[in-house]
Amino acid sequence: MSQKSAPRDVLGRTLTDLAEKDPNIVVLDADFWPASKIAQYKDRFPDRFIEVGIAEQNMMGIAAGLSTVGFTCFASTLCVFCSRRACDQVTTSIALPRLNVKILGLYAGLFVGKNGASHQALEDIAIMRSIANMTVVQPADALETEQVVRFAAEYDGPMYVRVGRDPRPQLVPDNYKFRLGKACTIRDGKDVTLIACGDVVENALTAAASLAKKKIDARVINMSSIKPIDEEAIVKAAQETGKIVTIDNHNILGGLGSAVCEVVAEKMPVKVKRIGVKDIFGKSGTNEQMEKHFGLRAQDIEEEVLAFLKN
Amino acid sequence: MTEKIVDVKKLEEIANRTRINVVKMIARSGIGHLGGSVSIAEILAVLYFYEMTLDPKNPEWEDRDRFVLSKGHGCPALYATFAEVGFIPKDMLMTLHEIDSPLQMHPERGLCPGIEMSTGALGQGLSTAVGMALGARIKGRNFRVYALVGCGECNEGQIWEAAMFASKNKLDNLVAIIDYNKLALSGRTQEVMPLEPLYDKWVAFGWHVIEANGHSVTQLINAFDEARTVKEKPTFIIAHTVKGRNISYIEDTWPSHSVQMTAQQVESTLEELGCSKDEIKTALSQMKEYK
Repeated sequence: MSQKSAPRDVLGRTLTDLAEKDPNIVVLDADFWPASKIAQYKDRFPDRFIEVGIAEQNMMGIAAGLSTVGFTCFASTLCVFCSRRACDQVTTSIALPRLNVKILGLYAGLFVGKNGASHQALEDIAIMRSIANMTVVQPADALETEQVVRFAAEYDGPMYVRVGRDPRPQLVPDNYKFRLGKACTIRDGKDVTLIACGDVVENALTAAASLAKKKIDARVINMSSIKPIDEEAIVKAAQETGKIVTIDNHNILGGLGSAVCEVVAEKMPVKVKRIGVKDIFGKSGTNEQMEKHFGLRAQDIEEEVLAFLKN
Repeated sequence: MTEKIVDVKKLEEIANRTRINVVKMIARSGIGHLGGSVSIAEILAVLYFYEMTLDPKNPEWEDRDRFVLSKGHGCPALYATFAEVGFIPKDMLMTLHEIDSPLQMHPERGLCPGIEMSTGALGQGLSTAVGMALGARIKGRNFRVYALVGCGECNEGQIWEAAMFASKNKLDNLVAIIDYNKLALSGRTQEVMPLEPLYDKWVAFGWHVIEANGHSVTQLINAFDEARTVKEKPTFIIAHTVKGRNISYIEDTWPSHSVQMTAQQVESTLEELGCSKDEIKTALSQMKEYK
């Protein structure tokens, strides 16, 4: 695993690079650019940087309107305000007319720099993936985030990208190319499959490495494309490993685990264990405290897998 | 391009035909937003036949002026106006609200030519119009953008978010019009949620504000002319209107918001609007056919 960097850290550079080549790229911000790390873009393209103030609903509408004039819009704010605050605007103004707006959600899940429950997006995957026409992606590391943003600029339609706040090691291969609807198997295995997305892919990998010492060969799938989801990879995992464990940095209701269960139940029923936030609100604290409190550490995942495999 | 109509009588005739068509469409559908459709008939006639530059043969012509019906439920009047412009065939009007019709109960972009934005969830359309106006600015294009909001709709906070943004960005290519009929779904706006002092509010938000009788074609023409002279500010036209205008049995009542018309109400209304006996007979038979 190489040097750590945060998914959000690549946003400014990637958007700037895209906008250099494409005059139709615009970025909208709701008073959050210092935290979204898009200052580089803002300084380079002030005319294509649109500050709406703390008005996320208005931001989604303005992005929708801009997209009808031919712009590829990146609307950026915290995940909670993209989803909970602006849900109806995302639905009616963006998804229903299937407009070319990419919603960059910052501060995914529990890891929000001690900001606590009001800022922790534990519902956003559930909200966004239940909106027709919407696509939902959460990259696992900085490299994948850059790939996803580049993909988003090319993709014609609405997309929700859930971006992690804090540094993680590179998890996807150097030559990795993001494809919508395609999972990335980071570690192969035959005894059980761990499916995760975003920050907690690292925890799943660490758990898998530890399980290997106990002669348990765990497959780890980075399911960054949550909608559309890679059904083939899930069915294959169910067939080949028999049991699936999902890890959600999100409420276990409606998150990645739910999405996996929907596929498994219909296409290849096997037992699934969902690890994630158990339908409770978040709290203030460090990432380490969050992972411990909500049972998302590698050791928690390992224990859950061991218990699950015994049953 | 659409031919600019300056003849007041002709514009009034278009508005009246819109009312007639709205009544026929809603009669056939069995239910519809009648009151807030007929209150905007003159506003739409002046916009589409006097004010806006459009190409009836190409509703997606990229330099067209844009119109967003932020109060989406008034769309029967918009559809009727589209048929008049030539965006859609006249016989499509009688498919209003059918499951596979482009004419849904709230407008959907992409389904029906001429619809610039999906609306219906109140408070959202103005922001999208703001985005279009900003887009014209960034691209250096000259088209103008119009949004029609409802008075109950101005209870929504997003309207005021959009208002602040438009004045901050000096969007003088943007005109918002309020269909100020002073009735919401459940009562008088003054009781449901007062908007007054409405003029002062929009001035305070940095807009150029014009008041007009929303049923006077002449006053509306003057208002749009004045808006074109305004620099560095968006314009807000307070169009004083009457909900259910010219439909005597529901005029200026809140239950006119959504109505189910009886055959007798359809007959007397179409009579009042000047329809011939044959025309009324056809409307009544279409109504029966559908049910």
